[in-house]
Amino acid sequence: MIKKIYLIGNPNVGKSVVFSRLTGVNVISSNYPGTTVEFIKGYLTLGDNKIEVVDLPGAYSLEPTSSAEKVAVSLLKELPKDEIAVINIIDSTNLERNLLLTLQLIEEGFPTIACLNMCDDAVHRGIHIDNEKLEEILKIPVVSTCAVTGVGIKLLIDRIKEAQPIVRNKLSHEERWKEIGRIIEQVQRLEHRHHRLLEMLEDASVRPLSGFAMAAAVIYISFKVVRFLSEFIIAKITDPFFYGVVRPFLESVAAGWHEKDFIFHLLIGDLVGGKIDFKQSLGLLTTAPYIEFGMVLPYLMSFYLVLSILEDIGYLPRLAILLDSMLHRLGLHGYAVIPVLLGFGCNVPGILSTRILESRRERFIASTIISIGVPCVPLQAMIVGLLGAFSGFYVSGVYLTLFVVILFLGTVLNRLLPGYSPELLLEIPPYRFPPLIVLTKKVYFRVKGFLFEAVPIVLAGVLVINILLYFKLFEAITAMFAPVVQGLFGLPKEAIVALAIGLLRKDVAVGMLAPLDLSAKQIFIAATLLAMSFPCVATFIVLWKELGVKELVKAVFVMVSVSVIVGTALNFVILR
Amino acid sequence: MKKISLIHLKENHKGKIAEISGGIGLQHRLMSMGLYVGKEITKLSYIGLRGPVVIKVGRSVLALGHGMAAKIIVETE
Repeated sequence: MIKKIYLIGNPNVGKSVVFSRLTGVNVISSNYPGTTVEFIKGYLTLGDNKIEVVDLPGAYSLEPTSSAEKVAVSLLKELPKDEIAVINIIDSTNLERNLLLTLQLIEEGFPTIACLNMCDDAVHRGIHIDNEKLEEILKIPVVSTCAVTGVGIKLLIDRIKEAQPIVRNKLSHEERWKEIGRIIEQVQRLEHRHHRLLEMLEDASVRPLSGFAMAAAVIYISFKVVRFLSEFIIAKITDPFFYGVVRPFLESVAAGWHEKDFIFHLLIGDLVGGKIDFKQSLGLLTTAPYIEFGMVLPYLMSFYLVLSILEDIGYLPRLAILLDSMLHRLGLHGYAVIPVLLGFGCNVPGILSTRILESRRERFIASTIISIGVPCVPLQAMIVGLLGAFSGFYVSGVYLTLFVVILFLGTVLNRLLPGYSPELLLEIPPYRFPPLIVLTKKVYFRVKGFLFEAVPIVLAGVLVINILLYFKLFEAITAMFAPVVQGLFGLPKEAIVALAIGLLRKDVAVGMLAPLDLSAKQIFIAATLLAMSFPCVATFIVLWKELGVKELVKAVFVMVSVSVIVGTALNFVILR
Repeated sequence: MKKISLIHLKENHKGKIAEISGGIGLQHRLMSMGLYVGKEITKLSYIGLRGPVVIKVGRSVLALGHGMAAKIIVETE
């Protein structure tokens, strides 16, 4: 009687896609090893039974060499072998390497079924696999699937019950590779193909000259596309909606509201020149939704669309190898580029994905760098909205400052922390083109996830600010921090409120700067400080969970000192 | 036939792994990814500036950090 089904396979063979197909649970999958850093559960109905399905992190071998592999192997041994079934997901385009794990699973006596995934891609590449022959040799069920389109999934489900433990001699690694060589000769036939354009591009992206040229082009185009799309959405959709529909409606409501009482203050906020100003009114129905939907959402959608395309095509590991030697100077290796890029969307998934890095030291450095030097999309959108109104020069200034801080901080941490930065060892996936529906779904789930987490906090934040402002409760805090903020950073003491709100959400915090009538230099300093200083509450919780209390205290100490130093330096160095 | 490290193998040249002069841990990790003594590989590129070496083993493309690549000795023409 099967109680649990495990999905196991090498990194980046599409386990998560098969998992989504089996359980209907949507999980983020990408074209690079290590998208799944923790195991995920779902349920599959088999006959009358609802069986738990567990998607394990990728593993090359059952003798674990990385922390993700350790998790996979220990979970596999939780239940007695007759109560589980193991679906071994195999990349059909790379049968040879994948078979090592398959042989180990069979030798260990796990009831295994082999799922030859990405079978369509194998056909495109001229690889033909004789399933019956493979089944005969391995003595386990073999099913071809293409999980992205759903081909073969039904057959896979039907045959799960055929998985039985087999007796097979235990081999050494060397013997296994020899055995695999013999199996491959019998079951795999390669059709000779000419180098396709795609393969030429794959090669060009990992060679020094062409690689860096391509990287520069990809990054430049990505930036341009994100900006163009966001500005397009703002100009054509969100702004017309807010200014053409929402504002007239709210103003008619406001006009009928004779006594401007506390509730009015909470919902609508302050009128600027008798009108609602979405950026300055600070009401629950005015500024709060405008910040999230009018300013942040367009950027977030565009950013995730571009990031998801790069992820699914398989470009990111190529960027990782190009940046490897630079990142080594910061105590990281090239693969750290993935958490950093995810951190640009939102620091939380960025810090979570530092689990793809091997050592605690690397994870500490990467998490600290992300929370200090990587501004999330909501923060960036607000900075562009507010500071961009003065000049693009200041916006670039924020990025430049943060970049210099990252380089400096990483170098210092690398020198000070005991230990070393491990070497990169990374499989580079081939380019793949995800169907549009898969891409759309991924962007949809990311944006939805963000909105569900962000909107309540934004509303709560604006509510808290309004109550505090209305009853003038900020006086005590502002008085306490005024010397630092005024003396060192050259900001008015009202900006303290904004900096404090940064603990809750960075986008609202930047929004709070708008009514203060600051100079471009002051907004520049405040925005940079908001990016670097204390993380928002969500990031703070993840840092705590991932690093533990001791390292969190260390990280916070670094953040506060770096912010004070940089804030002061900017104030005294930039004259105008 | 001469023995050189992966760093010094020329681009687009083939070599047969003769020795992995690292600890058991490294040998194990490489072994599970299909890199072991006797296996034939093709070097695709070296990024330069002590960056990674990219090789092709069977149908997979692997990037190895500079230090790791230096420990892999290959036999070539």
